[in-house]
Amino acid sequence: MLEEVATTEQGDLVINIGPQHPATHGVLHLVITLNGETIKKVEPHLGYIHRSIEKMCESLSYRQFIYVTSRMDYLSSHINNHGCAMLVEKAMQIEVPQRAQYIRVIMDELTRLASHQLWWGAMAMDIGAFTPFFLAFREREMINEIMEETCGARLTMNYMVPGGVMFELHPNFCKKVKDFIVHFRSKIDEYDELLTGNIIFQNRMKNIGVLSKEDAISFGCSGPTARASGVECDIRKLYPYEVYSQVQFKEILATEGDSFARYKVRLLEMRESMNIIEQLIDNIPEGEFQAKTKAVLKLPKGEFYSRIETARGEFGVYVVSEGGTTPYRIKFRSPGFSNLSALDHMVRGQKLGDMVAIMGTLDLVIPDIDR
Amino acid sequence: MTREELQAQLPELAPGSTFEEGGEWLNMNVDVSLWKNFSHALKFTLSLDFDYLFCLTCVDWKTHLTMVYHFTSTTHRHHLVVKIKLDRTTPQVESVAEIWRTAEFHEREVFELFGVEFINHPDLRKLILPDDWEGFPLRKDYEDPINMIKL
Repeated sequence: MLEEVATTEQGDLVINIGPQHPATHGVLHLVITLNGETIKKVEPHLGYIHRSIEKMCESLSYRQFIYVTSRMDYLSSHINNHGCAMLVEKAMQIEVPQRAQYIRVIMDELTRLASHQLWWGAMAMDIGAFTPFFLAFREREMINEIMEETCGARLTMNYMVPGGVMFELHPNFCKKVKDFIVHFRSKIDEYDELLTGNIIFQNRMKNIGVLSKEDAISFGCSGPTARASGVECDIRKLYPYEVYSQVQFKEILATEGDSFARYKVRLLEMRESMNIIEQLIDNIPEGEFQAKTKAVLKLPKGEFYSRIETARGEFGVYVVSEGGTTPYRIKFRSPGFSNLSALDHMVRGQKLGDMVAIMGTLDLVIPDIDR
Repeated sequence: MTREELQAQLPELAPGSTFEEGGEWLNMNVDVSLWKNFSHALKFTLSLDFDYLFCLTCVDWKTHLTMVYHFTSTTHRHHLVVKIKLDRTTPQVESVAEIWRTAEFHEREVFELFGVEFINHPDLRKLILPDDWEGFPLRKDYEDPINMIKL
């Protein structure tokens, strides 16, 4: 499990986890200072998958830069694309047709479901339960097939374009989504039976890695990580975009702030996502799926910011435009980067074995952090 | 507070600041020498309570650098964008990592990619780039023939 071991003068142990380690789910390098088995400090070393996407985007047009963002948080690629498309629409005041708005929200929620499913399986595997991984991938495969039919891709969808979506929905789409919801409603109860009530699992999760509300705000945490600490931060509720203002759903909050709270919030969010899809799937209006836009997009001079709720938290795009066809400066505010910065604070004083459980519930995606 | 109320109250805390027209949120240009006291006031004035720093970045304008801070308040739900103009040859600004802890990582990122030095930062080291990296990749005049990032 531990790749390199070195001692320091004070009798502390410094160990490296990663950059190639299954528990970090990507190339994250953590330098951990231990006293016995208690963690004194964790230092993340980033950059192993840094592609300098922000610099790259400075030479890409406003149609092209959207595709690069699929490669950031690859589990929420739809939602990243959506955030970027919204920014262009906001700056150019493009009206998105109702049909496209419905499709976008359904796709976002399917993405959130797929992402949370993968998280559920991977997190359980991190702490030693192997079966959930297979169960989660079984259900995730159904979503991937739905995506593949409509978007032509399973991971980097690139389906959202400025003004709407790229293609019309596949004829099977609505039926398959409805079948999936029926199927998954029974399976998510199975998830709960298998893991949530398990006493060994609860002992590994409860009162571990507690993040207080004040700290969650100070560290800029967002998404389920912050909501488990009681911070109301759901962009879908606070600043509704597309048709989120027309659907009924609860913002899932918990107050404990420990690993188990983060686990519960994500599981309940999956149920809310299904509620949202059910409200929309029968009512997709007829009409255009894409607004008419110019071939070459030019943003007016100025600064624009768009926010969207991905599966991991708040994804922000900040663009400084000089009025040309490419952004002058672009900044992606990724949820994982801020959530990771709270890791050191959360694991101090905890045991080494618990750190993997804490990291599992943070739901880190490394390309999202490194960008 | 509404945008107009913020615009009326904030100049008292940072004299000589200017506001930008337009934009989604209130944009405020603050002098670098006032930032230490002003950042404290933003967080600890009860009627302001800007406790959530959701974006911290820098823009290279070729003649100068501009730090851009996006704030919101989780209690009042108002927004503010603070901009600080920095000298391009020796950019220095007070760190806010003590007030908003998320700034610690964000400032380290700006430090290595733009070369801005943050005064009183708890741990100002490179975060993403290797320790021996030279130059500041996100500056406009950065050229690297080996690791091409321009397309």
